[in-house]
Amino acid sequence: MNAPPELEPLVRGVCAGSERDVARALSLVEDSRAAFAARAVELQRRLLAQTPADRGHRIGITGPPGVGKSSLCRALVGRLRRSGQSVALLAVDPSSPRSGGALLGDRARLTLDPGDPGVFVRSMASGGQLGGLARAAGAAVIVLAAAFDAVLIETTGVGQSETDVEHVADTVVLVVQPASGDVLQFIKAGIMEVPDLFLVNKADLGQVAEVAERELRTALLAGGEAAVTPVLRVSAETDVGLDELVLALQRHRARLEESGSLIAERRRKAVRWAERLLTLRYGEFLLERSGGADEARRRLELLLQQGAVPAEAVDQLARAAGLG
Amino acid sequence: MQRDRPWILRTYSGHSTPSASNALYRANLARGQTGLSVAFDLPTQTGYDADHPLARGEVGRTGVPVGHLGDMEVLFDGLDLATMNTSMTINATAPWLMALYVACAERQGAPPTTLRGTTQNDIIKEYLSRGTYMLPPGPSLRLTADLVLYAVEHVPDFNPINVCSYHLQEAGATPEQELAYALCTAITVLDTVRERGIGPARLSSVFGRLSFFVNAGIRFVEEVCKLRAFAELWDRLGLERYGVADPKLRRFRYGVQVNSLGLTEAQPENNISRIVLQMLGVTLSRNVRARAIQLPAWNEALGLPRPFDQQLSLRAQQILAHETDLLEYPDLLDGSPVVAERTRQIREAAWAEVERVLASGGMVAAVESGDVKERLVASNAARLARIESGEQIVVGVNHFTESEPSPLLADGGAGAILRIDPRAEEEQRESLVAWRRQRDADAAARALDAVREAARSAANLMPASIAAARAGVTTGEWAAALRDVFGEYRAPTGVGAQAPTPVGDEVSPLRREVATLAREIGRRPKLLVGKPGLDGHSNGAEQIALRARDAGFEVVYEGIRSTPEEIAAAAVQEGAHVVGLSILSGAHLELVAETLGALRQRGGESIPVVVGGIIPDADAAVLLSSGVARVYTPKHYQVDSILSGLVEVVRQAHA
Repeated sequence: MNAPPELEPLVRGVCAGSERDVARALSLVEDSRAAFAARAVELQRRLLAQTPADRGHRIGITGPPGVGKSSLCRALVGRLRRSGQSVALLAVDPSSPRSGGALLGDRARLTLDPGDPGVFVRSMASGGQLGGLARAAGAAVIVLAAAFDAVLIETTGVGQSETDVEHVADTVVLVVQPASGDVLQFIKAGIMEVPDLFLVNKADLGQVAEVAERELRTALLAGGEAAVTPVLRVSAETDVGLDELVLALQRHRARLEESGSLIAERRRKAVRWAERLLTLRYGEFLLERSGGADEARRRLELLLQQGAVPAEAVDQLARAAGLG
Repeated sequence: MQRDRPWILRTYSGHSTPSASNALYRANLARGQTGLSVAFDLPTQTGYDADHPLARGEVGRTGVPVGHLGDMEVLFDGLDLATMNTSMTINATAPWLMALYVACAERQGAPPTTLRGTTQNDIIKEYLSRGTYMLPPGPSLRLTADLVLYAVEHVPDFNPINVCSYHLQEAGATPEQELAYALCTAITVLDTVRERGIGPARLSSVFGRLSFFVNAGIRFVEEVCKLRAFAELWDRLGLERYGVADPKLRRFRYGVQVNSLGLTEAQPENNISRIVLQMLGVTLSRNVRARAIQLPAWNEALGLPRPFDQQLSLRAQQILAHETDLLEYPDLLDGSPVVAERTRQIREAAWAEVERVLASGGMVAAVESGDVKERLVASNAARLARIESGEQIVVGVNHFTESEPSPLLADGGAGAILRIDPRAEEEQRESLVAWRRQRDADAAARALDAVREAARSAANLMPASIAAARAGVTTGEWAAALRDVFGEYRAPTGVGAQAPTPVGDEVSPLRREVATLAREIGRRPKLLVGKPGLDGHSNGAEQIALRARDAGFEVVYEGIRSTPEEIAAAAVQEGAHVVGLSILSGAHLELVAETLGALRQRGGESIPVVVGGIIPDADAAVLLSSGVARVYTPKHYQVDSILSGLVEVVRQAHA
């Protein structure tokens, strides 16, 4: 395994939804060795070329630790699967800043049928970025979206991951827990405009869940988002509200498609993800060398339009600036 | 001379089949044992029939399989239940095994009022350490209360619950934690019973029937003080919280199995001394002397003890009870200021923890949130760190390790443990199929419907369960009916929230090794920790998962009771570099073979597999030749060197 895998069979396997090939492709996009990284870029290019631009649904699930995202994702994977879609879950957990290690898993595979080829679960450590999305997450979504109809991206909701996940998902779902003060924190942090859907989990708690829902609606009203952003109460534990959740997700995707913005949004978000990768790898320094943030964005946009994948576009900018 | 009557002398035993276990019980009683302690196999404990896929390799392994009334009758054939005192270590399926016991006694002509003994029936610690739960905590507690209330009325001399702190100590609890969580569990059960609307008199008699099953470790002076603190707090709890006026009903009654955790694989003969000293902790103080004692065998860290090994432990009890003068004196420790002071410290610390748990919503909430589990995992990590650093001396393990070759372990110890005949599982499956064929199928189906109906209603489940036992319903069928109604449950693993263990500095050699490996293979090494089979003892897997993370591995751990197929799916999908399996039930040969097969089927045959568990040398050789990369047993107590081994294994696989 000291040479990167052959692309031809790998691409074919991923597009056919082969478990082993999808897993190998994900390991390839996580690989930091130069030869592998180059091959990973080529893999993404080919997968993008073979995946219809409007295929599938990428759903980001975020929210503070402990709100029950994992059991919710588990229930949602089951629901989406029963509706006939193949489903992949990418679960991102933070790495320990001291050791670089991470504890992953402890979640979604539990009640799923290991014999069902239409379900795939992969965990990923965020790497050096405490609370951010893993650097390879964007590439991983490209791999998974080529193989599965629905791709769920679960993040711990710490630090920048709520806003990061927006760049790789069509629909962002924010999960909050009743009586936790979460809502207030979101208002303070000014991220009420990011999610496309709010979930109050643990609806089985009754009245406190209703209170949390009301608080959310009030906050949304104040921000002028109330008309478009639905708020749902769910309980993964007692199976309440999951049908409504699936319906709301479908509705959001349909709205994107009808307004013609699904593909455009994906393109716009890919640029944002590239910008994020750029600052992660090279910091403000490269932005300055590239002629400022606006100029860097314009050039990334152009490269992406020409068919580059985000990681590749970032590398090209870096080379042009005499880095990397 | 006036001597006290000795405690009940038992040996925790059972294996293979009901008839093999019956022969063992008869032999043990003939050697002077005065009660029985039934060990059930994992399928029976978790509510699966011997022919269920999850039961593969586990039938008759850690105890006796009891699948139906016929098995129960064979198990107690020739043993008079009207005069026997039987302890059953059974929890999730306790109401069912009690139903079988009552129905079996009935067939012998023994009415329920004559029955004496214990069902453990303590579900809370199953979520925390032992892992043989089957339903969510709410419904489980309702089953617990059903059995308690039924027994208090119909089987008045039986202890229908034995709040068991034994496994908390095994999971790493300090004396204060063991005491605190045992009391919290008792409070949960008593509150649940009280909420059922019973009057004060009935509540008092429930309180009086509540007994405990504790652990006793090698620090026996502290253990005596723990038990004295226990008695004081129990008395106070009865008086203040439950208004139990009769002091006799507030007496702290307990049985004990002394600590197996401290028993070593290295120089295992030393365990005989440990067992005897641990026994002192629960016998020295007359006021808090154990009502029943069972001792583990010297070779438990090697595998299953043989009848001879059990006899050795029984003789140790008999020598203390009959040869020494211990039973001739009143309490030896009353009036000792040293004992009084240590007792006070433990009592106060334990009570503070009880109050903390109660204030934060009670024991069920603390279990569901993972709070208690996290504290136990942390205590256990600290204990292991003390042993690794040598601060806590374990003779023959981290000190005084020089040894003559042991004549007890000739031939690598192959003859020093009991081997389960692999045909026993097949035999049990066949007899189960035959049982299902000969019974009245309609009657069994009707009885199961009645169990389901009782489960959905507020009625006590016991009468319907006893009727089902009589109608020939099987253990798996009864449990499946309840799973239908209440759903399955997975407990928190407790590892997610753990802070890094303070072992080693930031740039420890191990961390450097892992970082180097990560550069070589292009990403951080990913370890999948799997617990296949029904064994719920997860302490080892949890500690490995935590320490591997702290060393810089990415660790995927999804808790207990995974099937080999689930583990293989996770290994492939996660892109794991190495799979570590932890199996303590003795089913390692079967489960490892199945996991390797499942990996091959998914194209994951290149992922190396290592195995940890109670694995005899001969079995280790079999595993290694079948393709397992490394085998770890209790003698590998240095976690860092295990992790170093994993680095090596990954590097070789990627060379």
